[in-house]
Amino acid sequence: MASIPYIPEVSAEDAKAPSLPSKLHEWIVTVDHKRLGVMYITTSLLLFAVAGILASLMRIQLAFPNGKFLPPEVFNRLFTVHGTTMVFLVGMPFFAGLANYLVPLMIGARDMAFPRLNAFGYWMFVFGAILLYFSYIGGEGLAGHGTAPDVGWFAYSPLTERAFSRGTSTDYWILSIFLSGIGTTASAINVITTIVSMRCKGMTLGRMPLFVWLMLVVSGMVLMAMPPLTAAQAMLLLDRYLGAHFFDTQAGGSALLWQHFFWLFGHPEVYILVIPGFACVSEIIPVFSRKPMFGRAAMIGAILAIGMVSVSVWAHHMFAVGMSSTSNTFFVAATMLVGVPTGIKIFNWIATLYGGKIRFDTPMLFCIGFLFQFLIAGLTGIMLAAAPFNWQLTDSYFVVAHFHYTLIGGMLFALFGGVYYWFPKATGRMLSETLGKWSFWLLVIGFHMTFDPLHFAGLLGMPRRIYTYPPGRGWEGLNLLASIGVIFQAAAVAFMAWNIIRTLRNGKAAGNDPWDAWTLEWATASPPPEYNFAVLPEVRSSRPLWDLKHPEDPDWKYE
Amino acid sequence: MTSIVPIQETKWRLPDRGRVGVSCLIATEFALFTIFVVAYVFYTGKSLTGPTPDRVLHLPIWPTICLLSSSLTAELAAKALAGYRISTFKLWVAATILLGCEFLRQTALEWHHLITFDHLTISTNLFGTTYYALVGLHASHVVLGLTLLLLTLVLSLRGSMSGQERRFQFLSWYWHFVDAVWVVVFIVVYVIGR
Repeated sequence: MASIPYIPEVSAEDAKAPSLPSKLHEWIVTVDHKRLGVMYITTSLLLFAVAGILASLMRIQLAFPNGKFLPPEVFNRLFTVHGTTMVFLVGMPFFAGLANYLVPLMIGARDMAFPRLNAFGYWMFVFGAILLYFSYIGGEGLAGHGTAPDVGWFAYSPLTERAFSRGTSTDYWILSIFLSGIGTTASAINVITTIVSMRCKGMTLGRMPLFVWLMLVVSGMVLMAMPPLTAAQAMLLLDRYLGAHFFDTQAGGSALLWQHFFWLFGHPEVYILVIPGFACVSEIIPVFSRKPMFGRAAMIGAILAIGMVSVSVWAHHMFAVGMSSTSNTFFVAATMLVGVPTGIKIFNWIATLYGGKIRFDTPMLFCIGFLFQFLIAGLTGIMLAAAPFNWQLTDSYFVVAHFHYTLIGGMLFALFGGVYYWFPKATGRMLSETLGKWSFWLLVIGFHMTFDPLHFAGLLGMPRRIYTYPPGRGWEGLNLLASIGVIFQAAAVAFMAWNIIRTLRNGKAAGNDPWDAWTLEWATASPPPEYNFAVLPEVRSSRPLWDLKHPEDPDWKYE
Repeated sequence: MTSIVPIQETKWRLPDRGRVGVSCLIATEFALFTIFVVAYVFYTGKSLTGPTPDRVLHLPIWPTICLLSSSLTAELAAKALAGYRISTFKLWVAATILLGCEFLRQTALEWHHLITFDHLTISTNLFGTTYYALVGLHASHVVLGLTLLLLTLVLSLRGSMSGQERRFQFLSWYWHFVDAVWVVVFIVVYVIGR
């Protein structure tokens, strides 16, 4: 194998470990994209565990009819904080973390375009997260002190108006997301600028890894999707504190306007959450099938199409409010349309697998889980896109099951795959395959046990957000099964956490390129030094590391 | 495909990162203003009580002239800085600040009149709610722009603006953006909405 010129020499001086306080100080003041990436991902995984515990508490309450485990007001706070955390404080920072860590490495840059803005974005997100959880101590609501927000993650008006949500708990929800939204916007601007302005010599848009393409599209969507939410929240604050009437129905304001603004953000948002998952899958599947990505250009076209169509589908969350049939038809059609590019992506991933020399390592297992589960999630999505079907099942557990299928079965599986894939790069150590496979299979079993039955509970009429239910409606068995599934999912997460802790303490060394991959992040040391590459790379094809490893048969001869 | 040109021979130039970053910021701000404009248009004529815009709003011709010409002075300042004519630069920046301040003063007078004589506040009716929110959002952007311009003036008086042509260019873009938004606000609030 030819030598890789970008790997830096590490002297004994650099390798010396600093003392703990100075190490901590270094992490806090850092503007290095890799450290910020690791901090983003670590924080979001911790918050994932916290929000997972909240979900488990709700599943305990719902395991049996007439549950007495939690009072209703506590249950409302749980689903609000669970949803808010998972969307804004787990999904979004996970995107920011992955993009931060990997984009500069993949495009052969030394750092992000604006390193200090990057640190600013991270700390805004942390501050937002602290604010949300501080509401459990400092928030005030109808029930008195120590009240977390209880208005749902979408905070529909007029429930959030001063007359119905007394105290400060709703304001904690507003401000926490407002701040983390500023952080997300900052990192989106940074990602776009990095991709546009910092690519190494020869890294044309056509040669850019799909991961980077997807991150570019997500960042563009963030820029367009966050402002409606920010604006709506500013209006809500004006309503609550200055007596404005934006969403005050008694003064002629419209509760519907909040829904439009919220979902104008909310629907692109679900793509913003899932596309980083697509990005991981698009890197992992080719490497573990030992084939280049099938239909690269079509994949890029499809993601651009998803990005564009996804901003015109928002009102499919609102079929039940009684829009005109023209609006209904439009949003049904637009929603069905978004299924087409998504389908193209799934076909291309499968076509990449086809005829490949597949290696079933843990990252690949997670990606294959993703493919099947995301397909089902997409199909239930098409079902819900049909307005009459939606009228029947809106606000039912069918919807809950559908979006958990996209977000856990789709996004989370892909992101876990990404964690297993890039962990050796970030730490220099290989995660245990045995523990990895345990966590994969436990998660598959637990996930299906929890969310498959909930589809049927929804079809049998079980509404969302109820804190308990009477026996005798055919929901008991399904709910019990769903709650038992949580035990498996928790075990899977525990296995993964144990795997990470054990590997960090004494994992086996990974080397620079453990998966025999083709993108530039594998062409430097693991973990990469602060300046990433010994010399800035030059690229001549979409698989630069393949070219270096196979000078006798480089890609650029054929591209 | 045929063999490609070796990259050593081609030029490798990418857009300036400041340009891209500021363009992105302006794009996202544009989306933010769009939502407030949509809210204004959506609630036009839906107020349950008075006062209504046709009774209390007057075309703000003078402030509009001030703000639009401040865009011109900002551009002249940028040109002067690019040509290393520092004293001219200071003059144009000062003129921009003065024009911006006059705009704000006019807005303050308008609001004062609306509040004390027409009894229109943000909580009076939907018109007040959307009017103060949209115009206030714009005015807050003017304040931010003025702060940055003032900072520029202080720096240039201390003689530390040399080599900052690029950065001042971005500030002038932001200022043009704020002006462009005012044109939209003017048309929506004072022409169509009245």
